[in-house]
Amino acid sequence: MAGTTQKRWTSGQAKSRRGTEDPWYIRWILIGVAALFAGVFLILPLANVFGQAFAKGWQTAFGSLTDPDTIAATKLTALATLISVPLNTVFGVAAAWLIAKFEFRGKAVLTTLIDLPFSVSPVVTGLVYVLLFGLRGYFGPWLDRHDIQIIFAVPGIVLATIFVTFPFVARELIPLMQAQGSDQEQAALTLGATGWQTFWHVTLPSIKWGLLYGVILCTARAVGEFGAVSVVSGHITGITDTLPLRIEKLDKEYNSVAAFSIAALLAVLALLTLGLKTWLEHRQQRELDLAQTSSDSPDEH
Amino acid sequence: MSSARSKSFQILPGFGLSLGYTLTYLSLIVLIPLAALFLRTSELSWAQFLKIATSDRAIASYRVTFGCAFIAAVINAVMGTLLAWVIVRYRFPGRKILDGLIDFPFALPTAVAGLTLANLFATTGWLGQWLDLVGIQVAYTQSGIVVALIFIGIPFVVRSLQPVLEDIELEVEEAAASLGASRFMTFTRVIFPTLLPAILTGFSLAFARAIGEYGSVIFIAPKRAEITPMLIWYRLEEFDYPGAMAIAVVMLVISFFLLITVNLLERWASRFQR
Repeated sequence: MAGTTQKRWTSGQAKSRRGTEDPWYIRWILIGVAALFAGVFLILPLANVFGQAFAKGWQTAFGSLTDPDTIAATKLTALATLISVPLNTVFGVAAAWLIAKFEFRGKAVLTTLIDLPFSVSPVVTGLVYVLLFGLRGYFGPWLDRHDIQIIFAVPGIVLATIFVTFPFVARELIPLMQAQGSDQEQAALTLGATGWQTFWHVTLPSIKWGLLYGVILCTARAVGEFGAVSVVSGHITGITDTLPLRIEKLDKEYNSVAAFSIAALLAVLALLTLGLKTWLEHRQQRELDLAQTSSDSPDEH
Repeated sequence: MSSARSKSFQILPGFGLSLGYTLTYLSLIVLIPLAALFLRTSELSWAQFLKIATSDRAIASYRVTFGCAFIAAVINAVMGTLLAWVIVRYRFPGRKILDGLIDFPFALPTAVAGLTLANLFATTGWLGQWLDLVGIQVAYTQSGIVVALIFIGIPFVVRSLQPVLEDIELEVEEAAASLGASRFMTFTRVIFPTLLPAILTGFSLAFARAIGEYGSVIFIAPKRAEITPMLIWYRLEEFDYPGAMAIAVVMLVISFFLLITVNLLERWASRFQR
């Protein structure tokens, strides 16, 4: 344990650590403060989710999850996620291929634009779609005449989810593919492979962990999106409520156990995401290390 | 690297396809909708726009939004630096778990965060009841907003700092120590300046995210103090489109500005990383 000043904080280095090491009391204070912060801001909120969900027993908690409106919300959340994640995954691969493999004018601007949805407030995102497709929006009258409803209906929720999760896969893949370079693809092409063959058999296997990582982050956000979806949803119980919106509604109705039961379900999902993420980070790090040892300039990131 | 890429320019296929697809999808999902917001807002006269964007209620909401976001980002910058330092430099039981938990706010839906924080800090909650004894109210006050924003923003600072801290060469610290610097001096004069760009990047990311945050805040915010996204939401509910648009444009412009700042900071920071 880190009790004495002689103990080293890294292994494998045999040099004296005296000049790079903090006194034991500093270490203990800093670790203590970090633990306190993590306890109050990370662990207690998590524990509280389960504590409140099971406050009236397991049966009540699980029973509230089988409420028809909550099941409808689960289905809607699943639907929005299942549409938006594949679309953004295909986009992410295409954009990463473009940005990592080619030089062209305006590349820096394009990279920044892809990140744009990260910096737009979710409520503004929702508003933007209302201005386009709402009854008083640009396409509103036309849509109304053709009896198509986007805002306050499922398509709006899907659109808002796509916007919010737009950059996730691209963001993960761009640095990875840049680090990998394109030597392997070139070799495959010289040996007579077609472009698609090269992509499926050379590029895709070498980015699969990074891709999966992006997909997981994208899924987590798609399931949990609140602000943007809230604006375009219209909050019709059983029809346009996603799980996070259902939480808000139940909380407003003072149905604490039901709200926290859904919250617990989503928290379990978040913990699963974290576990998968940690495991993938491992694999991806290996992918990157491999890429960097085979490429001649390891400083690209 | 750049030579490899410019070579591939002639050889690798798919430039046209990926460029076309990327630009089309980007335009359909992001650019055209955002352009629509600016176009609709441009129907307002400058005077109308200013009147809405600087109305008393709007100004009050900016004050709450930016004030709380700033306080939260400052706390996150300090605590995030401490957490990153502890995780990278020290070995103690539970370190791996702490490291993994840092990403928890990224993975947890914001509504869940808001719900549990509001409950935790309410006067009947696990933490709130003790704070209530000493007369501190957190839930449904502006401090509550700050608490939610700290939760949302903490991973940004830690994750910006970690790679930089891992890359710091110990020899530099050893040199400082062997030249007679105290540990405190080594930290303030040698380590801190190296970390500063990454701290600022993390700060800006946390700040940018906090300004737009909605989901977690509405659960814990007081009735009287509204954040700007809430104001946009109320305007929309009243079908006051110009009111919602003008304020949304103000927020968007500030977000763009912050995005550019973060990009510049990251470029600056990457120069220090070698």
